[in-house]
Amino acid sequence: MRGEPVEDSGKLGALLDRYRGQPGALIPLLQDIQREMGYLPRPALEEAARALGLPAVKVYGVATFYAQFHLKPRGRHVCRVCLGTACHVRGGERILSRVSADLGIAPGDTTPDRAFTLERVACLGACGLSPAMMVDDQTFGRLTPDKASRLLRRFAREAPDGGGGGGRTAE
Amino acid sequence: MRLTLANFKDFQNRLAQKAQAKDGLRLIVGLGTCGVAAGGREVLAALEAELGRRGLRADIARVGCIGLCEAEVLVDVERDGERWSYGNMTPDRVPRLVEEEVVGGRRVEDWLVGLVGTPERPYPGLQFYAKQRRVVLKNCGFIDPENIEDYIAHGGYSALVKALSAMSREEIIAEVKRSGLRGRGGAGFPTGLKWEFTAGAPGDKKYVVCNGDEGDPGAFMDRSVMEGDPHSVIEGMIIAAFAIGADEGYLYVRAEYPLAVARLRLAISQAEDLGILGDGVLGTGFNFHLKIKEGAGAFVCGEETALLASIQGERGMPRPRPPFPAIQGLWGKPTNINNVETYANVPTIILGGGDAFAAVGTERSKGTKVFALTGKIARTGLPEVPMGLTLRELIFEVGGGIKEGRGFKAVQIGGPSGGCLPESLLDTPIEYDSLTQAGAMMGSGGLVVLDDRTCMVDLARFFLNFVQSESCGKCVPCREGTRRMLEMLVRFTRGEGRPGDLERLEELAQVVKESSLCGLGQTAPNPVLTTLRYFREEYEAHVLHRRCPAGVCRALCAFYIDPSRCKGCGKCLDACASGAISGVRKEPHVIDPARCIRCGACEAACAFGAVLTGSPDEAPAGEASPNPAASAAAAPGDRSPRRGGESRG
Repeated sequence: MRGEPVEDSGKLGALLDRYRGQPGALIPLLQDIQREMGYLPRPALEEAARALGLPAVKVYGVATFYAQFHLKPRGRHVCRVCLGTACHVRGGERILSRVSADLGIAPGDTTPDRAFTLERVACLGACGLSPAMMVDDQTFGRLTPDKASRLLRRFAREAPDGGGGGGRTAE
Repeated sequence: MRLTLANFKDFQNRLAQKAQAKDGLRLIVGLGTCGVAAGGREVLAALEAELGRRGLRADIARVGCIGLCEAEVLVDVERDGERWSYGNMTPDRVPRLVEEEVVGGRRVEDWLVGLVGTPERPYPGLQFYAKQRRVVLKNCGFIDPENIEDYIAHGGYSALVKALSAMSREEIIAEVKRSGLRGRGGAGFPTGLKWEFTAGAPGDKKYVVCNGDEGDPGAFMDRSVMEGDPHSVIEGMIIAAFAIGADEGYLYVRAEYPLAVARLRLAISQAEDLGILGDGVLGTGFNFHLKIKEGAGAFVCGEETALLASIQGERGMPRPRPPFPAIQGLWGKPTNINNVETYANVPTIILGGGDAFAAVGTERSKGTKVFALTGKIARTGLPEVPMGLTLRELIFEVGGGIKEGRGFKAVQIGGPSGGCLPESLLDTPIEYDSLTQAGAMMGSGGLVVLDDRTCMVDLARFFLNFVQSESCGKCVPCREGTRRMLEMLVRFTRGEGRPGDLERLEELAQVVKESSLCGLGQTAPNPVLTTLRYFREEYEAHVLHRRCPAGVCRALCAFYIDPSRCKGCGKCLDACASGAISGVRKEPHVIDPARCIRCGACEAACAFGAVLTGSPDEAPAGEASPNPAASAAAAPGDRSPRRGGESRG
């Protein structure tokens, strides 16, 4: 489901109801919508503005301020290559160029088949294991370009949202 | 079950006894983000499978980060109270570990990291821990962060019980003031004073907020605490809330830390179930509700007024202070906002007393500080050291010096707000004021060590690029000033510097520092100013002589092939689009500097790391590269050198 431009008004409606009338809940609401739909489609932003009683321009302003929000559809897997200080001095740029070459897209873009979205991030906090990257919710460290390529191939084979062992924590 | 002040002690004693009585075998796997990133989950799965295959039963505990990133994945084997630690574990190593250590009861010497001691001194045998003093991190790596009972069994929530049962609000604040604790987020404002301001601010509704928006690249202290010991932060926040008279709190955690969010969420629900959070904390009349707010990816939200705006659902843009959040914070109400590590220090202060806390450290910086030690250092990790230790001790004794025996060049401390300090300042003690005086700052505790292959101009560009893209755009000096500074630095790294640029850069940096609205802009020029101050000759080399002495800036250095590493496979030659590489198969290839456009394609293609870059005058271009024409003439016809960019014969 993720990454598809679903017009699932039922689920969206339930989310809107949860936060209706709470203008301070804009960010959590946008986070929930994005978790559900993979990105923030324009109609959903307009619905969110109505539900919280906010001007649409304010919702748009917040949605474009934070790096985490996306107004365009995303890939089923999101690959974030870290270019923090530690990764920078230990060769993070080489990981990024390899991943970028493997996927055939520039950072910020999504592959035409919507399998992957590639991003560069400032720091994942895994500096002790730099260079590092994150695919979906899993962090991988001590990378080499070849190791990064292998990881991409593994995720390409895997079904989205499953089997990766990611997020096996508290929930 | 719901705990009260009256039944807490019994409950705790029972848990402690149960923990003590644990005999037999226990396996402990480090599953902080570092451990997971190094493959901890795979190792855990392999361990479970191997034990299952052999029909063995053992208790497997999952703990947070013990601070020894270099040796992740760590698997410890505890038998009858004695705990041995094995490092760099992989699924392949699991069968032998189970066979020899679990079944046979013998140490597997090859992978042994050491005997694990007490939480205060985890590995008595390791130099890395010799100068450490663990206060904030004492539970990390020792308790199961997903089990509140483990925290309580290790003395957790005793400070809260003491505060609620035996201390007045004023006494708590006085104790924190006496401890000399200063904010661990970077600026170092005295915590007790902040609490006093918020407590004294007029208003019935007050908030406490925890700043877990650890955005500095190169910093992961707060992540480790939130993942490894979430309850210590929560306990500190409850005590703060009680002291200042707040009934509601927010933990603001950055979006890039999903594991920390999950563990904190679980910790909050467990504390609610036991009556430690919610209405009537521990059976008293004090109510405290704690919520998590996930950041949405904006570095500027680490600034307190921006963070508050973000909690309120707005764009995370700072506003001028005063009024300070202590007077007008969240939704205009008095708000106490501290960093993760600051709150995590509070239980120790309340339990042991402010004086005992203040016995560690220097005159004006008390207690300990956790550092994220990374970069070109032999032992990366998360040490916690007493304030006053020198940078030299931290880098060379704790961190083991520079990786691969290279030369030390600088240490970057305090992230994008901090600065780069050279060898001559390594004896600076780690304390707020001396670091600020040197042009850097304590910052949140990121410490990136740089060796002689780091270009300081490139590093300054890296930080400027970061703050420039994270500038919220509200005030002109930061929005425009950092952009112009970045443009200059980019020109330097491309060899397009102009006379007078360095003076212009320095002047602009000073203006941005003095006139920006918030901490982001005010400190953004620090990496540039310190590198200009301590490494000016490197800037001059770039601007005046078009040279990058460290051999990092592509446009200013030469590519060459190390003949001792080159296998003559020809991959670089195929990758070169400008026909600059020539060579005979199975013999070392060479790069013609006159044709090389420095695109780096050969470097990426080489599987042996034989393509190197260096300062043009150091690259062995002259003697090492034979004249292609001459070697062509000398070579037999079928082995004539090929040149990249030509079609294969």
